[in-house]
Amino acid sequence: MRQRQPCGVRFLAVPALLICASLHAHAADPVVLKSERQRIAVIEKAAPAVVAIFARGGQGGGSGVLISADGYALSNYHVTSGSGNFMKCGLSDGVLYDAVIVGIDPTGDVALVKLLGRDDFPHAPLGDSDVVAAGDWCFAMGNPFLLATDFAPTVTYGTVSGVHRYQYPAGTILEYTDCIQVDASINPGNSGGPLFNAAGEVIGINGRGSFEKRGRVNSGAGYAISINQIKHFMDHLRSGRIVDHATLGATVTTRDDGAIVVDRILEESEAYRRGLRVDDEIVSFAGRTLRSVNQYKNVLGIYPKGWKLPLVFRRDDKKQEILVGLRGVHRKSEFLEQPKKQPQQPQPRPDDKPQPDGKKKAPRPTTPAAPPPAPVPEHLKKLFETKPGFANYYFNKVEQERALKGLKSLGDFSSLTGSWKLGGTAGDGRPFEFTVAEKGIGLVIGADKQSFLQVLGPQADAEDEPEGTGGLLMAVQHFKLLLTKGPKVFSDFHYLGSEPLDGRGEMVDVVMAELTGVQSHWFFSRERGTLVGFNLQRGDDVDPCEIRFQNFTDGAAGDLAGLNDGKSPTRTFPNRWLVRHAEHEFATFVIQKCSLTSSQPVESK
Amino acid sequence: MNSIRHKIRKVFVTTAVVLACGVVRAESPATAISTVDQRIVKIFGSGGLKGLYGYSSGFLVSAEGHIVTVWSHVLDEKTVKVILHDGRRFDAVVVGAEPALDLAVLKIDGDEFPHFQLDDSVAAVPGTRVWAFSNMFKVAAGDEPVSVMHGVIAARTNLTARRGVFETPYSGPVYVIDAITNNPGSGGGVVTTRTGELVAMIGKELRNAQSNTWINYAIPIGEIRTAVGEIITGKFTPKTTRPSDDGQPAKPRNYSAFDFGLVLVPDVIVRTPAFVDSLLDDSAAAQAGIKPNDLVLFVNDELIQSCRAFDEALGKLEAGDRLKLVLRRGNGLITVELPVPKKKP
Repeated sequence: MRQRQPCGVRFLAVPALLICASLHAHAADPVVLKSERQRIAVIEKAAPAVVAIFARGGQGGGSGVLISADGYALSNYHVTSGSGNFMKCGLSDGVLYDAVIVGIDPTGDVALVKLLGRDDFPHAPLGDSDVVAAGDWCFAMGNPFLLATDFAPTVTYGTVSGVHRYQYPAGTILEYTDCIQVDASINPGNSGGPLFNAAGEVIGINGRGSFEKRGRVNSGAGYAISINQIKHFMDHLRSGRIVDHATLGATVTTRDDGAIVVDRILEESEAYRRGLRVDDEIVSFAGRTLRSVNQYKNVLGIYPKGWKLPLVFRRDDKKQEILVGLRGVHRKSEFLEQPKKQPQQPQPRPDDKPQPDGKKKAPRPTTPAAPPPAPVPEHLKKLFETKPGFANYYFNKVEQERALKGLKSLGDFSSLTGSWKLGGTAGDGRPFEFTVAEKGIGLVIGADKQSFLQVLGPQADAEDEPEGTGGLLMAVQHFKLLLTKGPKVFSDFHYLGSEPLDGRGEMVDVVMAELTGVQSHWFFSRERGTLVGFNLQRGDDVDPCEIRFQNFTDGAAGDLAGLNDGKSPTRTFPNRWLVRHAEHEFATFVIQKCSLTSSQPVESK
Repeated sequence: MNSIRHKIRKVFVTTAVVLACGVVRAESPATAISTVDQRIVKIFGSGGLKGLYGYSSGFLVSAEGHIVTVWSHVLDEKTVKVILHDGRRFDAVVVGAEPALDLAVLKIDGDEFPHFQLDDSVAAVPGTRVWAFSNMFKVAAGDEPVSVMHGVIAARTNLTARRGVFETPYSGPVYVIDAITNNPGSGGGVVTTRTGELVAMIGKELRNAQSNTWINYAIPIGEIRTAVGEIITGKFTPKTTRPSDDGQPAKPRNYSAFDFGLVLVPDVIVRTPAFVDSLLDDSAAAQAGIKPNDLVLFVNDELIQSCRAFDEALGKLEAGDRLKLVLRRGNGLITVELPVPKKKP
């Protein structure tokens, strides 16, 4: 009997062939069997990286996916927020591992956890969610309804229904921007699990669905946070922080002709300082052309606070491109404690499956008189440290240590706490000399000996000295403090995450130091580990003084007298400083001689 | 990559030779999806109150801007907003409707709109693999493409339109789909083959009142093609009688409102109140003093809660009966009696 082939899923993108085949094929169409084998192979390869997450007490849970051999795994914030700082994670090998929270992104509904006990965890490769398109085959894996008692993940298969979707937040958190919509079943318990493309690469983290009147079960529209968004936040999450999302400081609206225009803008925002005004039409943002308010929100949603993004706007038929830094969505105080807010939107949650009669199911029968969770063992407790603003400060120390290798490699400056003199010639030929002393910092520049002063001390404010630098003298002071006294001298010091340097440059690790309300951000090349520069910010809503190190020397070639005093070189020093402020280059300082003393020479005489 | 392509070509050639395959459409899924997407519109109209969503889907069927969609409360406004795939916004007017088919045709002004040719639609059979396109849950805004889902035609059957089970006026053939295609706002979307050929229009959400389950179905284009064509050309007259309910003994339809010269308002929702819309000149009803906007409350002492109940009450009349109507006009009640005329065989 001639039979139609009802199989509806294939990986190979050869529709012409398949249609031809499906019209004539018999039950064992080799093309179908081959694609089926491929599908099975991909799923078998993907399954070991899928994590079933449980709270330590065994109440509730969700899913996750391992992304590194040392045990880092992604999940949803709304999964880990219910499972505590220590959790149990089951893998498809049937083994239950201990895990600890690392970092959380409540706005983006993402959490990073670390599984413990192995350095060879199976892990899934990350794909590129920007090339995902409607109609692509995909599959979700996880533990819907917490069915798998042996932790073998459930697979649901489907199509990408839409990309760059925007789903409104619950309050100010759990906002799904630029997410991937799928018709693969996403059910309670799938939350935090991976969405794979047909090649078995992670393209998203499944987190929510449109459920409406059918109760909290799949009704054909599930949403995954795009993996490219998470990549932007990955180092931020590894920092152990409670990560914030960004705003531009401006809201937009759709004009009658469909253009996206600024309808309100904060005068304190960087966008305003760069020239953006009400009624300007936003043409593109972060390289994406904007045609709806959702698309604007999508761009904002995928980048962390502090990143710089290109924005093209049109006013009076003239286009202009600016680079704008993003402001935080939340005030610092809002994150001093972990957000407790529960999602208001329907979220996949275990045990909320509605019954046909519309009544809620009686609580799932747990093991008789569920025992209280066992106390957290000591060896796990060491991996967790509380600090306001952090999900787990322990991991910030880990990342600080990694990033600060670029500082240590400059040599030991800890004894050189006396006054410093840095002299040389600026790029325009003017001679200069910085003097960094206990009571203040001075700069004398030019043949006419123009001089500038920044007073130091508990009452002294950071000044814009020289004017138009954004605080170069205070920046030099921060540089000396970090080199000689290290992180401990600052009132706050932590690893922030990573970002492209100046919006378009290489990826850099960012370390933040704060002293008496003045912040400096230190940039270390992600690739080389070296210090590439720093910013000093005198306040919240002013442009920073930007210093980029263009060359380092150990003085051996005689290009920096006084650094190693003729002895064998043990220290390296940046000898070419580019100084910039508010998009204007102030000067390039080439340091040719220095005097770094270990005590106050004047007093000591 | 090249070697894969080479292998595919080799397999293809072999398969083609062995199977003597006929016409092959070379369209890729991505091309098919984007081609269909350009023909789908997002519709925003009345609703938005609790339980009644104010949006639906539709598809263009003429270069001049005719749009086919489901007949629903979303269209209960003089004009509704229609947004095209490229984000362009239009005010649309309802040019015609056939409630018996759950069908409405809208029109926007313009020309050279990308559109489906209804005559080119294809039939499907159980096992046909399909895409379903709609703006379910209003996920897409502006120029964002509507949602696409994959599915397989599970059955072609008649919609069991028994009252109290599926509350719908449509009882003709439908495709049942194995995907959750029927969601808020899905009505008026399309089902196509995987190469983008039009198969069916996604129907309104239907809940089985007995089992609290939902059916995912679509109305074959063949069922609506004629009515759409007639609405567009202005030749359309709505059916006066509904097809009999499938699987149920047909209810008597001895008389209809028309036999008394009464025209009621269009029966658009399950309980459309039985308002008189107009009267035929010199009819018995007109002579008895019934006026437009009168609301029928009782027929021969039977409470009438909807146009449908009114139809059924008239259907049960026998020649020689008296038809006693209690009508509400303004704040008063009026009682009118009409003779039931003899019908010619």
